[in-house]
Amino acid sequence: MKKHTLASYLVNFVAAAAVYILITALMNGGVISRQYQGVLVFACINCILAVSLNLTTGFLGEIALGHAGFMSIGAYTGALITKADLLPGTPGLLLGMLAGGLVAVIFALFIGLPVLRLKGDYLAIVTLGFGEIIRVIVEALPFTGGAKGLTGIPRLTNFTIAYWVMVAVIAILFAFIRSRHGRAIIAISQDDIASEAAGIPNTYYKTLAFTIAAFFAGVAGCLFANYMGILGAKTFNFLKSIDILVIVVLGGMGSFTGSIVAAFGLTLLPELLRGFDQYRMLVYSIALILMMMFRPSGLMGGYEFSLTRLIYKLKPKRKEATK
Amino acid sequence: MLDLLKQLINGLQVGSIYALVALGYTMVYGIVKLINFAHGDIIMVGSYVCLMAIPILSAAGLPLWLCAVGAALFCAILGVVIERVAYKPLRNSPRISALITAIGVSLLLQNVFMLLFTATPKPFPAIFTGGNVTLGGGFTVSFITLLTILVAVVLMVLLQLFIKRTKIGKGMRAVSEDAGAAQLMGISVNTTISVTFAIGSALAAVAAVLYSSAYPMIDPYMGSFLGIKAFVAAVLGGIGSIPGAMVGGLAMGVVESLTKAYISSQMADAVVFLILIVVLLVKPTGIMGKNIGEKV
Repeated sequence: MKKHTLASYLVNFVAAAAVYILITALMNGGVISRQYQGVLVFACINCILAVSLNLTTGFLGEIALGHAGFMSIGAYTGALITKADLLPGTPGLLLGMLAGGLVAVIFALFIGLPVLRLKGDYLAIVTLGFGEIIRVIVEALPFTGGAKGLTGIPRLTNFTIAYWVMVAVIAILFAFIRSRHGRAIIAISQDDIASEAAGIPNTYYKTLAFTIAAFFAGVAGCLFANYMGILGAKTFNFLKSIDILVIVVLGGMGSFTGSIVAAFGLTLLPELLRGFDQYRMLVYSIALILMMMFRPSGLMGGYEFSLTRLIYKLKPKRKEATK
Repeated sequence: MLDLLKQLINGLQVGSIYALVALGYTMVYGIVKLINFAHGDIIMVGSYVCLMAIPILSAAGLPLWLCAVGAALFCAILGVVIERVAYKPLRNSPRISALITAIGVSLLLQNVFMLLFTATPKPFPAIFTGGNVTLGGGFTVSFITLLTILVAVVLMVLLQLFIKRTKIGKGMRAVSEDAGAAQLMGISVNTTISVTFAIGSALAAVAAVLYSSAYPMIDPYMGSFLGIKAFVAAVLGGIGSIPGAMVGGLAMGVVESLTKAYISSQMADAVVFLILIVVLLVKPTGIMGKNIGEKV
């Protein structure tokens, strides 16, 4: 079993590296233009956001509408830290991501603890309010550049960093949801009374899932800030939170594969269809309603694509041998 | 002292509007256990309907305040249609599906109105022409302030009588307590839910007219934050409780107005949000809410 897990990690790592080498080769060969390189970085950041939100909305089953708020906290914290230039280059960016994530966690605990004790959909409304309040506070604070925005952030993020952070986040969250803790979170979403009766501390696990999601939103925010080089509080408004929620819902609540596919699809699609931007939110809103009516579990449902499973399927005899 | 009194009256004015909107949230939540995210946007629809109706009314020589009646009717129908089309098919699905649908409807209304009327704020004409009213002692309040408080109080009393005294009102209370048992007693659950949505949306439309008269700039996104605040008011008063929504709304309005006047106008929204956190920590059922044990 142990050997099997190790093998599947190795296979997936090799696959991720292969995709990376392919994309960088295309970039260096000039097939992917500079404009699309930027879009790919945004796709990676959106992917981190969607996968982390999937933990709260998909696996735990609580709607959170303030993911952009946590992203904003991470972005400003990370930007201020990289701007202070404590460590040069990439280590400084990593420090910024860690700090951005941790500050987001503090805020997540502040709103998660009182709200997640309760039954009902209070988290939706509280996180929605939270996202708006963060924007107001950021504009009012002296050191965040106010409404004019924060400028002069070192542009440390590139495709390599964004891609590998994304791979790491997906791997961590995937391992987490397959662990004992992950199973507890899924149990709560299935039936919270039964899970409580089975001895699962509901509030603890709900808050855990919510704060982990906030942490990675903060990490994504820091990547975003260091890619843009300039930050305005208005970037992280309610519509940004909805963007992420749409990715999770369309991709499939409870499917990381779905989130990844939808994140890349919904980031690349508006770039390909010019003039679509005006109707984007209209299409999203109709998609949300129709999705809930006809396929509430999203495109992928709870399905996960597994490379190792595919390999074993292709070579049934080897499967017997390795076991 | 005079200043404090003025701020209190201002607070009651905003609070009355919050209370009217909160009633819609609390009634719908009480009966179908759904946070109706689209409720805030019904306010926005009401304002735009008024804006469209005013030229027609003035051309026909009718008094302009009649646009409130038109808006109330339009919104009531819209509320019922939304319920029938979007929420009814999901009544037995997990609550998260219904909630996402509600968010979808809210976005849909915002974007349809943005495409129709563009995102630029439009000025709202003055429909209540009355100057300042002197209350004695050199203390004056504007006519619209008095009207807002008065209309809100009258509507709340009427609603309370409707819920307590009429047959449909009794049916609403029964359905919110136990929909299955109510159906067995011969109450039409579908009709009752439709009536709830119609009344809630009509109240939102009245709130829209009063709000737009007090703050005469309307845009397609005006409803979303107003809606959140009204929902906070409903939670503060005790979600599902009609007197609670009134108390919560008025309390929120006063707190907000005092914060704006004496602490910081930027931080007023943050204070409102802080109140919600404190209420959920100390008394999640709100001021007037009842604590209901859970059944397995």
